[in-house]
Amino acid sequence: MTTIWSELEPLLPLVQRPARYIGCEDGSQTPSHDESLTSWLFCYPDTYEVGLPNQGLQILYEIVNERSDAVAERSYAPWSDMEEQLRSHGLPLFSVDTHRPAGEFDVLAFNLSAELTYTNVLNCVDLAGAPVRSAEREHGHPLVAIGGHCTYNPEPLADFVDLVVLGDGEEVVSEITEVISAHKRAGSTDRSALLVALSQVEGVYVPSLYDVTYADGLLASISPVQTTVPDTIEKRTVSDLGEWPYPKSQLVPVTEVVHDRLNVEVFRGCTRGCRFCQAGMITRPVRERPAEQVRTMVQDGLKRTGYDEVALTSLSTADFSGLDQVVTDTFDLSQGCGAAPSESPTDGQTLASAPGVSVSLPSLRVDAFTVDVAAQIQRGKRTGLTFAPEAGSWRLRQVINKLITEEDLYTAVDSAYSQGWRRMKLYFLIGLPTETDEDTLGIARLARNCVEIGKKYHQSASVTISVGGFVPKAFTPFQWFGQNTMTELQRKVNLLRDDLRRDRSVKLKWHDPKATYIEGFVSRADRRIGPVIETVWRNGGTFQEWSEKFDLDLWIDAAAEHGINIDDYAHRHRTEDEVLPWDHISAGLHKDFLWQEWRDALNEVGLEDCRWTPCYDCGACTGYALEHVVASATPPAGGSQGTGQDLSTGSSVPVALLPRSAKATAEATT
Amino acid sequence: MSPIPPVRLRARFSKLGKIKFTSHRDTARMWERALRRAEMPIAYTEGFSPRPKVHFGLALRTGYASYAEFLDIDHLPGTEIDVVAVCDRLTDCLPAGLTVTAAETIDPVGADSLQEMVTSCTYEIHLAGHDETEVADAVSWALAADEIPVTRIRKGKEKTADLRPTLHHLGARPNADGVLVLEMELGTQPRGFRPDELTAAMGLGEHPGPVWRTMQIIQTEGERREPLALRPPQAIDHQVQMA
Repeated sequence: MTTIWSELEPLLPLVQRPARYIGCEDGSQTPSHDESLTSWLFCYPDTYEVGLPNQGLQILYEIVNERSDAVAERSYAPWSDMEEQLRSHGLPLFSVDTHRPAGEFDVLAFNLSAELTYTNVLNCVDLAGAPVRSAEREHGHPLVAIGGHCTYNPEPLADFVDLVVLGDGEEVVSEITEVISAHKRAGSTDRSALLVALSQVEGVYVPSLYDVTYADGLLASISPVQTTVPDTIEKRTVSDLGEWPYPKSQLVPVTEVVHDRLNVEVFRGCTRGCRFCQAGMITRPVRERPAEQVRTMVQDGLKRTGYDEVALTSLSTADFSGLDQVVTDTFDLSQGCGAAPSESPTDGQTLASAPGVSVSLPSLRVDAFTVDVAAQIQRGKRTGLTFAPEAGSWRLRQVINKLITEEDLYTAVDSAYSQGWRRMKLYFLIGLPTETDEDTLGIARLARNCVEIGKKYHQSASVTISVGGFVPKAFTPFQWFGQNTMTELQRKVNLLRDDLRRDRSVKLKWHDPKATYIEGFVSRADRRIGPVIETVWRNGGTFQEWSEKFDLDLWIDAAAEHGINIDDYAHRHRTEDEVLPWDHISAGLHKDFLWQEWRDALNEVGLEDCRWTPCYDCGACTGYALEHVVASATPPAGGSQGTGQDLSTGSSVPVALLPRSAKATAEATT
Repeated sequence: MSPIPPVRLRARFSKLGKIKFTSHRDTARMWERALRRAEMPIAYTEGFSPRPKVHFGLALRTGYASYAEFLDIDHLPGTEIDVVAVCDRLTDCLPAGLTVTAAETIDPVGADSLQEMVTSCTYEIHLAGHDETEVADAVSWALAADEIPVTRIRKGKEKTADLRPTLHHLGARPNADGVLVLEMELGTQPRGFRPDELTAAMGLGEHPGPVWRTMQIIQTEGERREPLALRPPQAIDHQVQMA
C-alpha cells in the first residue's frame, strides 16, 4: 500500500485542526489497490468539515467500493496551513482513507456545489502533481472529473477538466468505471481514445471534444469536433430512489463537521417551480423514497452511528408524503433505549434517562409546515427552524413563483412559536427580477410581523433574517436576467439595515455583495474565463468561498489581465436568441419552457406544482420517459398549497390552477 | 428523603494511533455516541438540552497519545454493571484507537472530580533529531534550574509562570529500538504545564517528537496511585499501538 502517513504525521502537530486529515470515520474504508482496479478519489474542494457530510460523495464512495473492479477513497481541500506544509515538504494531496497520494488514482472526481470553489479544484489538481490544464495531462496522470449542480454550466472549467458528469451519479459512476477498466485491461496508453470512449457514456461531457466559436464578442456555437461525439449531452436521472438506499453506512466523523448528524434523503427533485432555484429545475422529477425505507434507514442509521439527531433531507421536506407519520415513527423508534426514567435529584441536579433523538427538517416550506409537524419535531431537542419566504411581497413571490401567502408564513411561524420555539430564521433573496424598494422593505415588515406573533408566546421572541444577493443560474427561467450590481445590492442591504435599526428582535445578516458579484460572473460564463480562474489561483486565491479569504481585487486584476469584462458576464440581460454557454447540455427542460416561464415571471403569473396537477411538459419527464414517484396524490395539509388562494373552506381541496393566460396569449401570437 | 445517587462507573481508556489528532472535545463527542450505541442506561441532565452525565479528567492536548485517560459515567440508580464485560462493550462502540482498559464502579457520594484528584501526570516523548549528549545537557539544565519561566498568551495577555516547581521527574534513555525517550512527571497544581512547554524551555523545541501520556497519578499523604489501575494482564500491545 502506498501511503504518505509516516511523512504526514510529523506535520500534523504543526497545523490547525489536524483531525481534518486523519480519516478514521466509522463507515470509512481502506481498500487494497491493484493496478487492474479502477481507482477513484472523490474530492470535495472545500475543508473537511464542510465536505465530509456531503451525501453525494458518500453515496458514490460506497457504490464504487462495492464493485469488484474498482476502489474509492476520499480527499478534501487542505487548509492553507496544511498546503504550505505539503508544498514545503514536497508532499502531494492525499486520500484521508489510506493517505495515498492523489496522483496515484485513476480519477480525481470533484463535487462542485459553489462557483467560488473552482480555484480550489485547480489547487487540488496541482497538489496532486498533475498539470492543471487538461491539454497538458497525459497517460499516467489522473483523469479530472467534476459533478454536482455547478456542472450544469461547466464551461468556466472546460480547460481544466477531462470529463463532466451531469445529473444523478448512482448509475453513471459504474458505467464510467467500466469504460476505464476496459481501457486498463487493454493496456492502452491512448488518453484521447479513452476520452472519446467516455464521451459515449450518457451523461458524460468531455469539453476538449467540442469546438467553440465566437462572433461580435459573443458565443456563436459549441459543437463536437467529430461525428461520434454527441451534439447534446443529456443529464442522468435515477428513476427510483428506492433502489438506491445509500449511503448505507453514513460516515461518522471523529471531529466536528457541519451537519454532524444522521442524514436520510427522503426525496430527490422538486417541482414547486421556484424560478430562481436551479436545484428545483435540474433535479426533476420528484422521486420519493418509500416511507418504509426511510424508517429503516433512520432506525438502522441511529443504531449504528450513535447520533441523537436525524435530518430528513430533500429540497422541501415538508412536501414528503406522510411526513407526520415518518417523524412520529422516528421518535417512537428512538425511545425505549435505556431504563425507565428516574427522577432522583443528586448534587442539586436532576437525573433523567436518555432523551429521544431530535429530528431536523431542512428546507421547510411554510405552506406545508403545520402545528402537527411543529409538535412532532419539538418532542426531541428543538432544532433550528429556517423558513424561506425568499421575497418580501406577494407580487414578487408571484414573479419568482414562490406562491406562499403572508398568511401561510404567519400560520407556520405561529405554529412554531406556539410549540415552544423562541427564534427562527427567515431566508430572503435581494436583487430578484422586477424588485422594487417596496419589495425589499417588505422583508423587514414580514420579519417584524413574525416577531409580533412570537411575542404572544414569549417575551424574548426574535427573528433572524438572512439576505442573499440573487445569482442567476443556468437552466432556470432567470438565466437571461442581468444580475444586480454590487452597489445596488449593497444599497438594498442598507435600506433594510436602516429600516431595522431600532428593532432589537430582528437580526439582519447578509451575504457579501462582492462575493455575489463574482459568483454571478462565473455562474453564467463561457470557457473564455478559464484563464481568469487560473490566474486567481496562481496568485494565491484559494478558499474564495470563505469570507476571510475572499479577495475581490484578485478577480478584478485577473480579469483585467486577460481582457475579460466581469460586468458584461454578471450584469448583461441575455436575449432570447443568444447562444448560452450551456446550450449543448440538456437537463431535459425545453428552452422554450424556460423562456415562457421568464415571460410569465415578468407578467407576475404563477405556475402550479405538476406533482399534484396535470403535466405542463417542461421536458424533464417526457424527454427521459420518467414520472414522479410520489406516494400521496394530494399536497400536504395546511397553507394555501402553492395556489395563493384561500383554501380554508375545505380540507381536501386539490390544487386549483392559476390560469396561464400569459402563456396562452404568447403561444397564440407565435 | 435523601436523594438516590447514580451508579458511577469509572473507566480507563487509551487513545492511540491516528485518533490522537482529535481534540478533547472531539473525544467527548465520540464517547457520547459510543454510550448511545452501547445502549447503556446513562443518566442525563434534565432541562432544555439534556446532556449525558459524564465527567472527563484532565484534557489531553490534541496530538498526544495516551495510555491513561479516565472518565466517570453516571448511570441511572439501580443499574448493575459487569465491569469486565463493559470494557469490551464500550471499546466495540468507540472508534478504532480508543480502547477501554479498565472499569470500576465507585462511590459518587462526596467524590472529588478526576480533575481535582489528579496531582501529576507522566509523559514520554520520542525525540527525533537530537543527540544523547544534547538531551542529557538539557535534562541537567532543567533539573538544576531554580526556575523555568514559561510564558503563555491568555486572552491576548502574556502571562509568565514558573514551571520548575511542577517538575517532579525528568530523564532520558534510549529504548529497545534505539529511540531516545524523554520521560517526565509534571504536577497539575496549582497550574499544569504541558510537556511541549518544558521541551521548548529546554531548547528541544515545541514539537520534539510524538508524546504519550503514560500515567495520571493521585498523590496523597503516604499514597501514590492511579485513579484506576490497569487490569492485569495489560490489554494493550504497546508496539502495535505505537505504529
